[in-house]
Amino acid sequence: MTTHESFWHKAFHLYYDGFRNMTLGRTLWLIIAIKLFVIFLVLKLFFFPDFIGQHAEKGHEPDFVAGEICKRGIEKPPMVPQGGQLNP
Amino acid sequence: MLSLLLTSLPLGGEQGGGLLSAIDWARAQFALTAIYHWLFVPLTLGLGLIMSIMETKYYRTGDAFWRKTAQFWQRLFGINFAMGVATGIILEFEFGTNWSNYSWFVGDIFGAPLAIEGIVAFFMESTFVAVMYFGWEKVSRGFHLASTWLTWLGATISAWWILVANSWMQYPVGCEFNPDTMRNEMTSFADVALSPFAIDKFCHTAISSWIVGAVFVVAVSGWYLLKRREAEREMALKSIPIAAIVGLLASVLAGATGHKSAQTVAAVQPMKLAAMEALYDGGTAQGLKIVEGIEVPYALSFMATNDFNGFVPGINDILKGYTREDGTVEPSAQEKMERGRAAIAALAAYRKAKAEGADASIVNSQLSIINSNMPYFGYGFIKDEAELVPPVAVNFWAFRVMVGFGGLFILFFAVILFFDWRKKRPTPNPSREGGELLPITGEVGRGSFPAWLLWLAILLVPCAYICSESGWLVAEFGRQPWTIQDMLPVGASVSDIGSSAVATTFWLFLALFTTMLAVEINIMLKQIKRGTAPHPAPPQGGK
Repeated sequence: MTTHESFWHKAFHLYYDGFRNMTLGRTLWLIIAIKLFVIFLVLKLFFFPDFIGQHAEKGHEPDFVAGEICKRGIEKPPMVPQGGQLNP
Repeated sequence: MLSLLLTSLPLGGEQGGGLLSAIDWARAQFALTAIYHWLFVPLTLGLGLIMSIMETKYYRTGDAFWRKTAQFWQRLFGINFAMGVATGIILEFEFGTNWSNYSWFVGDIFGAPLAIEGIVAFFMESTFVAVMYFGWEKVSRGFHLASTWLTWLGATISAWWILVANSWMQYPVGCEFNPDTMRNEMTSFADVALSPFAIDKFCHTAISSWIVGAVFVVAVSGWYLLKRREAEREMALKSIPIAAIVGLLASVLAGATGHKSAQTVAAVQPMKLAAMEALYDGGTAQGLKIVEGIEVPYALSFMATNDFNGFVPGINDILKGYTREDGTVEPSAQEKMERGRAAIAALAAYRKAKAEGADASIVNSQLSIINSNMPYFGYGFIKDEAELVPPVAVNFWAFRVMVGFGGLFILFFAVILFFDWRKKRPTPNPSREGGELLPITGEVGRGSFPAWLLWLAILLVPCAYICSESGWLVAEFGRQPWTIQDMLPVGASVSDIGSSAVATTFWLFLALFTTMLAVEINIMLKQIKRGTAPHPAPPQGGK
């Protein structure tokens, strides 16, 4: 029991003292926090919705994807608009 | 890099209207995000290895100099690590929004490696990073050393799983398409995780990343010597040979693993190899082009098949169909397109029959058509066989940039080690016992390196990144038009969204990434200028 307490105590102080004594780390953590905020609370929420979730009924996602894929296979819009170079 | 990407895209692609289509914007956005993310990964893998070696020297000798040296490089590693955190997550957002068909189609296969990467490797990295930075006075030297190596190993394992996911897109194995769920379902985790493509890709990518770390360490050390910074002089002089040994070994091994990768590509993505070489009409005993008109005889055949007389198909051979040396026949593009169309039509008929509760025999007959033509499913989306040819010029030159710099790095590290050996070699001098150090023309201080070599090291830092990114250009442009080789082209993978929505986020990302990169470079340069000087105490008066 004493060993466990000792371990958790040491582990807590590893992080506690480490974070308290950071110098350059403070700047880096601030940048990470801003970055995570922008990624998850701005980009994800406002710019990157779940496209299939928005366009297909719950449980009917395969039907939606099958419809999209089969439609493109049958109508055949150019897959790579620029095409390739067939001869030098 | 970005201009290279954009010039490969059709600026008049949308019915010649002068606008980029949603596919183009989605591709450009993904490329931009991936290129930005890849600025951080190779330095993490390379510098992580070198700082671990530095700390091992401290563990073995107990010399405080090596502790200080390891801590310095770990600080630069930390900056790069922190700036790279979460930049890869944006790619996953793009899958869900811009590439929703693809995302659904591969969900089960792609999800497993990414989940393992997130759970195991990320948490492993996070735990041991904390011990590495906070634990110098808290844990034993052995435990700290183990944590430093495990930080590097965690980052490497993380790269492994991401490369497994990418390799599956290049060479889809260990899966079966389920027309009911519209998903590829994993049939063998081992086949996916240990596919020969994944192993070759991992070895080549991870080892070549060590070169970036080695060039970085030599360049930073070189800068201290050029600036005659006495406080960092010993650290610089002792860091350079360690980094140069890592760099030389990595450069040679990158060549060997690249050769192995080329053989795998020749076997499973012959069109990519043909585009890399701008080889239109193949044959046996093919030479490797240095540039157009100058070639090394037999070298392409050897690179692709390990046989100087091996057969390498060209672009036209692949489109027309050809017979391999073992007698197996590769169908023509037209035949593959016919079979792909049959698979798509059967898929539509199968799903309609199931929805209408049709007779089992009808359902099964459609299922049989799907299964027999599934290897060519993606060809059913192709309208013109020209769409099957990747951008040849980008592949051709990106491959040469990668290999050219790779060769230059071998030479560079060899020269560094030669001068390191030479500056340590005493010259016979009868007047002094043991002789004296041989002076080197143009050296920066006694017992140092020539100034031109140190300036070259600094100039080679951007070249190392260009080399690394060029490898990815070859890998990703070379597999066009496919998101999943032979199974799903980009046009079928992309979501049915407006190009303006993707264009908006593209420019947003460009601004965001440019800012972030400027911040990183600024912090990194400040730390390099600060050198080994101690940081001021934190404001709350901690230890």
